[in-house]
Amino acid sequence: MTNWREKFIELLLIGAASASILIVLLIFLFLAKEAFPFVLDPGIKELLGSQWIPVSFKKEVFGILPLITGSLLVTALATIIMIPFGVLGAVYIAEIAIGRERAFLKPFIEIMAGIPSVVIGFFGLIILSPVLKKIFQLNTGLTALSGAILLALMAIPTVISISEDAIRSVPKSYKEASLALGASRLQTIFKVVVPAALPGIIAAVMLGIGRVVGETMVVLMVTGNAAKITFNPFESVRTMTATIAAEMGEVAFGSDHYQALFWVGIVLLSVTFGLNFIAQKVLTRYRMG
Amino acid sequence: MVRTNVKMEMRAVNFYYGNTQALFDVSIAIPEKRVTALIGPSGCGKSTFLRMFNRMNDIIDGTNHTGEVMIDGESIYQNNNSSAELRKKVGMVFQKSNPFPKSIFENVAYGPKIHGIKERTQLQEIVENSLKAAALWEEVKDRLNKNATNLSGGQQQRLCIARALAVEPDILLMDEPASALDPKSTTRIENLISELQKNYTIVIVTHNMQQAARVSNYTAFFYEGHLVEFDKTNKIFTTPIKQQTEDYITGRFG
Ligand SMILES: Nc1ncnc2c1ncn2[C@@H]1O[C@H](COP(=O)(O)OP(=O)(O)OP(=O)(O)O)[C@@H](O)[C@H]1O
Ligand SMILES: [Mg+2]
Repeated sequence: MTNWREKFIELLLIGAASASILIVLLIFLFLAKEAFPFVLDPGIKELLGSQWIPVSFKKEVFGILPLITGSLLVTALATIIMIPFGVLGAVYIAEIAIGRERAFLKPFIEIMAGIPSVVIGFFGLIILSPVLKKIFQLNTGLTALSGAILLALMAIPTVISISEDAIRSVPKSYKEASLALGASRLQTIFKVVVPAALPGIIAAVMLGIGRVVGETMVVLMVTGNAAKITFNPFESVRTMTATIAAEMGEVAFGSDHYQALFWVGIVLLSVTFGLNFIAQKVLTRYRMG
Repeated sequence: MVRTNVKMEMRAVNFYYGNTQALFDVSIAIPEKRVTALIGPSGCGKSTFLRMFNRMNDIIDGTNHTGEVMIDGESIYQNNNSSAELRKKVGMVFQKSNPFPKSIFENVAYGPKIHGIKERTQLQEIVENSLKAAALWEEVKDRLNKNATNLSGGQQQRLCIARALAVEPDILLMDEPASALDPKSTTRIENLISELQKNYTIVIVTHNMQQAARVSNYTAFFYEGHLVEFDKTNKIFTTPIKQQTEDYITGRFG
């Protein structure tokens, strides 16, 4: 009787676990199916071009390189901003803040994590972009940097709370050992506690990057959506996510443009996959020592 | 007999964790370059007493004390900023071995680096000497870059001793350093303590009477936060003055 019930629960769990694998697989297959004809007609070489001009009276071109570099630039900038704030914030909350400060900061950060991205985008559009435009005397405030700052803002709460958990779970005995050797509190934090928490901190940053890569609304609103290859933070760029979101609604079903957008989707999915894979590798490598 | 100098001293020390008092009017003079054992039932204040000497009790919130604690005749609680300097002079080995999750080399080099030594060859020399002094060098010299957490329990504890020695302390405080180890590793640690005694003043907490008798020159018996008796080890173990001491070492309580 109980045996039968256990078998049933086990099956249920296996079902639930494989369902997620199945869904990911189906999504990939679906993307591949829709994208495939592009390989035969304009040819895969078309995708490697440096221009994305999906609507044109002359000739439409579907080079996705500018979209990739756009995503890359925004993500890289956001990561650079997010790491110091996220990690130092976590260190402060976990190790330095006294009870009262922590009681104030924690809910604040949770609220920050819950702000809808369109609200953040709106804030970027109305306040951040004009300010950046003024400070750096730009032609437009809608730049890769604006997007990156807002994306970092969105990812920082995640980075903080996961890093904080990692820092907190460092055994107290490491700290005691360090202090007993005559190290100061700050030396102990940065030479023992943070290194010991590094796997968790890396995981936190990877999750933050994952959020940044996949985020759509904010970049659509504030990066200017100019599909060009550039590594200048003060220029407008167009990311993969923004491209799909902006164009998918109007594209003719089954057209070259439609198929090209699915290719963008495949690249995006692969990047996210790759990020997770690398994160996993780093983590296990680090744990092995 | 050569008269030994007093290295560490307490005068009328009371210690409190918040409202609970853990040490009552403790006065003691611990001799230099000798091994002093602290014995007594669980919760009697041995660790608290030990941690007074490197101010490790300071890091616990809400603790305070009265009375005077001195090392080399100087009061160590006078200057509020000196705990780093103090701890450089007073090394500590904990009950549960706690190597950092770093390489063996980095574990031992940690202290010297903290205190400003940067040159690689100098660090290498310190690491080698410290590991030799902790009787661990032969076992690990070929894998200094391996993670310390892969060592056996006994090796980890000797590594912690090497790490403490690397900052060249005068004093070693050991809080039940062998209680989590197998008999063979325990013997190695005990032999090591006898060896280190030539150069260091050692205070060791132990629950093992035989161990106290084997390794120490002096023994202090604590009971409920009071220092009941302190004398030469052979005196404590053969002709203690207090009845409580005799009861404890003959195993009648605790
Ligand atoms: N961090 C703390 N906060 C509050 N009370 C404490 C703390 N640490 C120890 N105590 C109390 O102080 C008293 C002495 O503790 P201490 O750890 O010094 O005893 P001990 O002799 O080392 O015991 P054991 O042999 O079990 O290690 C005990 O009653 C203990 O409960
Ligand atoms: Mg203790």
